[in-house]
Amino acid sequence: MSFWEKIGSFDRRYIFALIALTVIVPLLIPIGMPITTTNEVKSVYDYIDALPPGSAILVALDFDPASLAELYPMSIAILKHAYTKKIKVIGMTLWITGASLGDVVMREAAQGIAEQDKDYAYLGFVPSGAVAIMRMGQDISAVFNVDYSGKPISQVPVMKGIKNYKDISLVVDLAAGSTPEAWIAYAGTPHHVPIAIGVTAVSAVGYYPYLNARQIIGLIGGMKGAAEYEKLIQARGTASAGMDSQSMTHIAIILLIIIANVSYFVIRRKNKKVIET
Amino acid sequence: MKLRLPLILCFLCGIFMIVQFFVPPFTGVYDKLLNWVMIISIPALVIGLTSLIKLHSTRIIRKTPNMPYSIVAFIAMITMALMGLIGGTGENTGFEWMFKHIQVPMQATMFSLLAFYIASAAYRAFRARTLEATLMLVTAVIVMLARVPIGNFLWHLIMPDSNLPEQVSSWILNVPSMAARRGIILGISLGAIATSIKIILGIERSYMGAGE
Repeated sequence: MSFWEKIGSFDRRYIFALIALTVIVPLLIPIGMPITTTNEVKSVYDYIDALPPGSAILVALDFDPASLAELYPMSIAILKHAYTKKIKVIGMTLWITGASLGDVVMREAAQGIAEQDKDYAYLGFVPSGAVAIMRMGQDISAVFNVDYSGKPISQVPVMKGIKNYKDISLVVDLAAGSTPEAWIAYAGTPHHVPIAIGVTAVSAVGYYPYLNARQIIGLIGGMKGAAEYEKLIQARGTASAGMDSQSMTHIAIILLIIIANVSYFVIRRKNKKVIET
Repeated sequence: MKLRLPLILCFLCGIFMIVQFFVPPFTGVYDKLLNWVMIISIPALVIGLTSLIKLHSTRIIRKTPNMPYSIVAFIAMITMALMGLIGGTGENTGFEWMFKHIQVPMQATMFSLLAFYIASAAYRAFRARTLEATLMLVTAVIVMLARVPIGNFLWHLIMPDSNLPEQVSSWILNVPSMAARRGIILGISLGAIATSIKIILGIERSYMGAGE
């Protein structure tokens, strides 16, 4: 077996080891790659930043622990931004596996800057996604009559004066699935409430048509988007730290692809020559 | 009548939901219908749970090769349910501890494994065999580089005042990729409208059960 043939059939365990190293080493020895902000992330930041204190935003934490690495940092960054601007936050989720996670995220972001019930409320999980979004357009309390802890939402101070989307300045959907499409179709379009979305990097590409058509005011895509938001609020978090790892992993994958293709072409040329002779 | 009644109900509800969109006085009925749908969807969770219990109990009774996993699933399900029912699901509860320290790391680990498989799959399958494959390869490399800080960092070493990788990546996402995505969205939407009309008119009846 020639050198290139050996390279072409490289044992995948070496690839796994290489990827593990490119993830772990930059986390232990940070490089501090400069993060540039994109317009789609900056527009979300600018919108929230321009909201007057006392405005209310609805944050849908539609994800589960599987996509935590990407969506947790952006949730924390957005919530911290809203809390420091004294914006009321109403949290909820359409994902049953995200119910507890949403509670944890809301509390962790609020540590030292916001108080439950006074500055934010977490309503928990509601089934039947799109229908719940539609019904909230008429009356939020018809969907959530109690918050996650079981307290009637009529007794939650932050919910005072908030009946439906007319009282909400922005809906932010942080999603691992296709819930942004439901929020856009059933809340944004019929009720004219601005929508911003934060999604995993793999699904971000699918939301550019909505951004271009101005059906969403901004788009935060994956860990890079979260790192950009962290930079904008000047609070380095887990996404900024993860950028070095992600950069190195991307470089490693690109190099692997190049090596595999060189091997492929060398072997193909060799085989062609053998056939010709 | 057994067949006709659901078809008539489906037709009336479907037509009403279209009409109410244009006739404001129907809002009250619309709200009621939405409430009904939400109420109906809750038993779906119960059905899901019942089906899960049935599946795993059958595996345990029949002692299939995957029986140990079913036992683990049962223990996990019962423990979490008891934790939540007895101690609640809020801050500093056993439920939250188990969620944060068992479920979160396990699910995050499962998803993280994708990075390794993607790298391995890319190494084995991403070959410039045809023109289309080459185009896809080049596009993927550009977007991969431009979407992480190192892409710009490396480019700035060559041309400090240029943001070319980011501009090219942005063009790819906003023009060819978006055009394709728009086409897909329009196709799906037209398909959904056509299927909805077929359901409302009773042409598509598969929702009533197989073979109907």
